[in-house]
Amino acid sequence: MSKLVIEGVSRIFPGVHGGEPTRALEPIDLRIADNDFITVLGPSGCGKSTLLRIVAGLDHPTTGTVLLDGQKVTRPGPDRGMVFQSYTLFPWLTVRENICFGLRERGVPAAAQQRISEEWIGKVGLRGFERHLPKMLSGGMQQRTALARALANEPKILLLAEPFGALDNQTRALMQEMLLAIWEAERKTVIFVTHDIEEAIFMASRVVVMSARPGRIKAELAVDLPHPRHYTMKTTPDFAALKARLTEEIRIESIRAAEQMATKAEA
Amino acid sequence: MFRPLIPVSRGAKIVLGVAFFVLFVGLWAAATFGKWVDPLFLRDPWQTIVTGWTLLAAHAYHIDIGVTVWRVVGGFVVAALLGVPLGILMGAYKPIEAFFEPFISFARYLPASAFIPLLIVWAGLGERSKMAVIFIGAFFPLVLMVAVIVSSTRRDLVEAAYTLGAGHSGIVRRVLLPASAPQIAESLRLVLGWAWTYVIVAEYIAAERGIGKTIIDSQALAATDQIIFGIVVIGIIGLVSDYLFKMVNQKLFPWSLA
Repeated sequence: MSKLVIEGVSRIFPGVHGGEPTRALEPIDLRIADNDFITVLGPSGCGKSTLLRIVAGLDHPTTGTVLLDGQKVTRPGPDRGMVFQSYTLFPWLTVRENICFGLRERGVPAAAQQRISEEWIGKVGLRGFERHLPKMLSGGMQQRTALARALANEPKILLLAEPFGALDNQTRALMQEMLLAIWEAERKTVIFVTHDIEEAIFMASRVVVMSARPGRIKAELAVDLPHPRHYTMKTTPDFAALKARLTEEIRIESIRAAEQMATKAEA
Repeated sequence: MFRPLIPVSRGAKIVLGVAFFVLFVGLWAAATFGKWVDPLFLRDPWQTIVTGWTLLAAHAYHIDIGVTVWRVVGGFVVAALLGVPLGILMGAYKPIEAFFEPFISFARYLPASAFIPLLIVWAGLGERSKMAVIFIGAFFPLVLMVAVIVSSTRRDLVEAAYTLGAGHSGIVRRVLLPASAPQIAESLRLVLGWAWTYVIVAEYIAAERGIGKTIIDSQALAATDQIIFGIVVIGIIGLVSDYLFKMVNQKLFPWSLA
């Protein structure tokens, strides 16, 4: 049975100052199985983040519904953990307090908070930084903390909105491996939004390609590369073949997106 | 030396800051000892210090200072105790903001000093009318500043908290409040400065004692040295309280410093 069911979800943003409404998402259907790792790949502005925000309950669909374990999603909740592209650690809390934030909100006893945060600090490699404030951490370490904070809540599904998008290439590669290792060990259900083709293939068991605005699902591609995955996989012929295919798909969409911008500019 | 935004060392900062005071007093001394200005309009620095000493020794000027400080602190504390919570509620809850904001925006433009005659009628010549002036002058702008600070809390932090399971009151208490606290403290520091302006005006109009009362009495005697001494005292108290405020803010909110 599907863990997450997205049924006919569309999003139209009302026009500003009497302008045309923006069709961000065409009706989308997507089913995600338990323990699946899906990446959503698309050019910027294709509505992939909007889709993720709707799943998180931070935005509401114009039509359609999102069901998690058969329950309709109406508002955000700890069963859908999210990591954002921007650094969203609470700057006044230490690394450990950030990781405990959700546990505290849910009334988890202090001893359990301590145990769970300890466990995640180890898993994301932040040992020794428990008492650091976010401003003392690099971008990569902030995102590790954000990941631990989301996972400490034991969400049913993990939503990742280009979490490594602001990181440099080396850090990004390390973070991908770390996240994959966590997924291989814990088998979480994950939706990972990205515009990076290599990242989309490397992380996923299935890549969903979205079209330029208005966003719809253009193609789906199973990634049958074996686990555990190692960064050297990015240079194998199988990986290259997938990459070539997705590059072509995305190229067409990026050109369309650019043309749309040009027509808009002329009008 | 003059590269944009490059910080100076701590030592250089202190030297530069003190240097301007020295230059300022130097110009004052040059203008007065050099007889560029009539002593009737401006007494020299030495004369001002001597007068200050006489005021303290012979006229119990410290009591005037104490009375004025008490009024400022009293009015300011009441304004803060009521204004900060109301500002937080307005910033957090938009219907509350919609209810109060237009009136408070209007009230903010009413000059507090214009209320003094009315407040004397209502509250008499005592301490209550002085504190009421400070309250009016501090409360309305403070509420608006706090409301703006709270509503400008980073939305992504609020959203992150929701996805972590925070409820609506959890958002207010554990996101909006801590996120705004340093800036609220900073706005209190500003408002305290304004309170000083109002207290002096209030004391000009009607007071038994106080720095403002001494200044206005000195005007009648054309004692510019006493006026200047009073102004300098206010400046020094302002400088000290500002510094204390900054120190406390840095201690309380180390995470908000660059």
